[in-house]
Formats: sequence, structure tokens, C-alpha cells
Amino acid sequence: MIVAGNHPLRWTAWVAVALLLLAAPFLVEAVLGRAWVRIADVALLFIMLALGLNIVVGFAGLLDLGYIAFFAVGAYSYALLASPQFAVHWPFLVLLPLGAAAAALFGILLGGPTLRLRGDYLAIVTLGFGEIIRVFLNNLNRPVNITNGPQGITLIDPLQVGGFSLAQTHSVAGLTFSPVHNYYFVFLACAVLSIVISLRLENSRIGRAWVAIRDDELAASAMGINTRNIKLLAFAMGATFGGVAGGLFASFQGFVSPESFHLIDSIMVLCMVVLGGMGNVAGVVLGAVLLTALPEALRYIGPLQQRWIGEVLVDPSDLRMLLFGLALVLMMLFRPSGIWPARRRTAVPAAAGAVEKSRATR
Amino acid sequence: MPPVDTPLLAATGISKRFGGLAALTNVSITVQRGEIFGLIGPNGAGKTTLFNVLTGLYAADAGELTFDGRHIGGLKPYRIAQHGIARTFQNIRLFGSMTSLENVMVGQHARTHAGVLGAVLRTRRTAAEERAVTQRAHELLDYCGLAARANALARDLPYGDQRRLEIARALATEPKLLALDEPAAGMNATETGALQTLLERILADGVTLLLIEHDMKLVMGLSHRVAVLDYGEKISEGEPAAVQRDPKVIEAYLGGPLV
Repeated sequence: MIVAGNHPLRWTAWVAVALLLLAAPFLVEAVLGRAWVRIADVALLFIMLALGLNIVVGFAGLLDLGYIAFFAVGAYSYALLASPQFAVHWPFLVLLPLGAAAAALFGILLGGPTLRLRGDYLAIVTLGFGEIIRVFLNNLNRPVNITNGPQGITLIDPLQVGGFSLAQTHSVAGLTFSPVHNYYFVFLACAVLSIVISLRLENSRIGRAWVAIRDDELAASAMGINTRNIKLLAFAMGATFGGVAGGLFASFQGFVSPESFHLIDSIMVLCMVVLGGMGNVAGVVLGAVLLTALPEALRYIGPLQQRWIGEVLVDPSDLRMLLFGLALVLMMLFRPSGIWPARRRTAVPAAAGAVEKSRATR
Repeated sequence: MPPVDTPLLAATGISKRFGGLAALTNVSITVQRGEIFGLIGPNGAGKTTLFNVLTGLYAADAGELTFDGRHIGGLKPYRIAQHGIARTFQNIRLFGSMTSLENVMVGQHARTHAGVLGAVLRTRRTAAEERAVTQRAHELLDYCGLAARANALARDLPYGDQRRLEIARALATEPKLLALDEPAAGMNATETGALQTLLERILADGVTLLLIEHDMKLVMGLSHRVAVLDYGEKISEGEPAAVQRDPKVIEAYLGGPLV
């Protein structure tokens, strides 16, 4: 990434950020209330999802409108094997990788038949794929009950190691760790891991091949890139992120149903990627946080009307989506490449000589 | 290894139709190791189509392709690139959102191995490969006179630099044969001169060149042998001087015999 400055200062900054992130759930709870800690948890999950989709859409340039299906595959993999549904309770250390693998498999299943498609055409097919998965989950309760249909799966095991369950409140050194706090730290670790993986992939042979395919697929193949495999790899990698996030989501909620995996959710994740800055990891993270927090923050419009005007003139839930839509339109008008646009990196270390400023892109 | 005296590239009886249009009819060319082979002909003669067949973008309807002793007909473009044919494009096709350096690094894709796991774990092997790739990319940019442009985005480069960057990127695939589709198009006299020097240097370094070019002075001056296409058929082949005097060639270019 493009971080300038000398080393001691940089380290201090990183340590400060780390401390802030660790203290965040307690600060947030003190200032905004516990509901916002939960929102922070959800934001971290969405960071993982958005980073996964960013690999497919941002790096490889493959427009995927069914991404939430991989989230669903991960969530149901976890839910089915850690709940009373089949009366099996596998440990999460097995289930999370399993969910990731299942999602990756579905990624390849989606990628395989769509290799020749791009842009609008790919978007339509992936949209259909997302719906197929949801419809399956909705209907796989007959003749054999697998997914429990629209009722969804309840009583999903929380993450637990030995007897230590994240769904219980623990007290450590005078601090109270309620479930939302516990999950915050797990999700934070996973989100940070996702960021590191994304950044390292971006600056690698594979990441460059993805961008090459995005820029010009024909030229990429003429340069010796096996475009089929590299595109499948993008689908599989992106799906893996979604699968892990799905498993975490299932354990966090304790409940999953097909209702959580609608087209609008795919579009929401896509908005995070596009709004934040397609292809730029930092931008995508910012987009995920903003788009999780903004709709929640807009809920306060109701009470504010009550306080200032004395009555609720506009139903906050109507206004919420209106303002949200408006925000999207304004963003695309004034910052079409995202809040924090991608900027291909300046020189790579080692052999690189003088580092000249890279020009802003797009 | 195939014996050295076999041609590097042999295309025999290549035909390609697009619907009712015969883009190539029974075209045969052989390119010897260490030569510059020119491919000329009026617009629409089928030169680029032949290039696309050679590099696997199109599958020929008939004919055989042998490169370096191997049959390459019907192979995917990336396989052909791996076998050692690299190309540039008539309408420049760089990776616009990447820097010059990264474009050349992408060119080394087929000659390197780092996978997802290596990149994520940043293993010593991957790091070493990454350093070598960067180093090589800088060398190739320098070789093509683009050292100062390493960190500029490809799409921001001036036209002539873009053409040379395409050559640098193609060289990064370590080709035995470099196929250049109108490398001098749109260049001024100075740039064309520099290009000629570059191509001679590439040849001297052991890469065989196949050249489509409209700049007659350049192509006739550089090529050891020239083939002329017209309406998808080869109408002449030989040394530049002989080809220039061939009445068929003159007719193709001027539309009739000179009186």
C-alpha cells in the first residue's frame, strides 16, 4: 500500500490503530449502546464478504450479482452440521474450512459454464445462480427435509473451544465480554486476515494475472495466461471468503433462513465494493463499514423528527431507503470510481529504482 | 531438440473463412531461425488474420502449423505463448490500468510459478521469484528504452512508448519468435528509426522476427525475406528487392500494371 513516512512513525500509527480496534467494542458500547457493537460485528462480516467479491469484480473484472449464494452455502454448511437439524455438532474448526471448501466448489460450478461470458451477460447468469441457491434452500424440505425450508435452521451452535462458548458472557479483568464483544474479536481477526490475504494476492503473480484479464482478456491469453484457470481461481477465491463469512454468520446468529440471502443482499455487497472503490482493498473495507452503518444510522431520523418537530412526519423506514438511494446516486455522480479509488501501486520494492509518483487512475 | 536447419515456423496450406469471406486461402509460409520475415499486402489482405491463426486466436479451417518441431495448430493462445510465440497487436492492447513495469511483469506469467498459497504465505521462494520478475521487468523496460516510464500507467504513455511497451511485454514471455503487427504504425520518422534499431538488436539477441508493416522503407530495409498477401492469397515471396519488382505485387498495390 501507499504509506509514506518514516518507520518509527508508521509503527506508532499501526499500534494506535490496533489498540483503537481492540478497544472499539467497549468505546462503541459506552457511547452508542450495545446495539452498535452488534452492528460493528455485522460490518466486520461484510468486510469479509466485500473483500471476497472484490477479488471477482474488482481484480478480475467479472461482474457477479449472485455473490450472496456463497455466503449462503457457507452459512448452511455450518448450520446443518452444528445444530439439532441432523443432531450433529461438528467443531467449528472443521466446519469453517469445510464451508469455505463447499463455497469454493460452488464458485467453480458457477465459473465453469460462464467462462465465455462477460459484463451484462455474466451478471444475468450469476444473478440467476444466486436465486437458484436461495430457491433450493427454500424448498429442500420435501420430500426429505434437509434445509428445513423457509423456517430455516435454529439453535445453531455458537463458536466454542472446549467449554468456552462465545455465546456466553465472560468477565475478564473487570471488563464484561458479552457475546457481541466475543464475536467482535473473532470477526476482527478474520477481517484482518482477509485484508492481508487480499493485499498479498493483489501484489502477486496471480493478482496481476487477474487485473490483466480485467483490462484485456485477449491480450492476457496471448501473454501466456491460462485465462480459464485464472478466472476459475478468482471465482473460487472470492467464494472462499464468502463461505467463511457465512459460517461465522450462522454461528453468530444461531439461526439461518433463506430470507438472509436475497438478491438485494448480493447487490448490497456489490454496492460496498463499487462505492468504496473497486479493486482497492482499503476502499472496499471503507465501503463495507459505511454501507453497514449508514442504514442503521438513518434509523435515528424517526426519533429526531419527534424531538425537533414534535411528530414523525416521514416514516423513518421509508426515508431510510430513500436517503440511502440518494447517497448512492450522488456518489456515482461525483465520485464514479468510488470513495477511495484504486490506484495501481507505485514501484515494487527491491530492484525498483527511483520511485516516481504514480498518477491517480480512472 | 529438432535439428537447427528445420524452419522455426512452418505454416502449410492455411485457410480461414469468415462466413462467405475467404480471409485466407491456402497460404504457406516458412520462417527460418534468426531471420526477419516480412508480411506485407494491401489493407484487408489477411495479414492480421494469419497472425491470429499463428497465435491461436483463430482456429484455421484447413492447414498445418509447425513451430520449433511441434504441431501447434488448434492450441489455445496461452499454450502457443508458452511454446515461444509472442505477439504485439495492431490496435495496441496493453493492460491500461497497470504500470509499464507491471505490464512487463505480466508477460513473465508463463515462465513463473507462484500460486495463491505462495503469495498469501509470502514464502521465501515466492519472494525470490517476485524479486527476479521485478528485476527482469526493469531490464526489459531499459532494453526497450522505457526505463524512465516504469511507474507510469500504460494508458497514460505516449503512443510510441505504448508500441515499445508492447514489445517489452512480448519479450518478457521469452519468445523464440516475436510477431509484430504494424509496430511502426503512427510513428514519426525518428521513432521509426529507433524502432528499427531496437528490432535489429532483438534479432541479434537471438529472437526471430515476423513483421507485418506498411512502412515499406522499414519492412524492406529490415526483412531478409518478404511474403505478399492479397485477398487472402500469397501472391509473392522472396527477397525484398525481388518482391518489389514482382508485377503481381505492383498490381496488387497500384491496381494495375505500370505502363
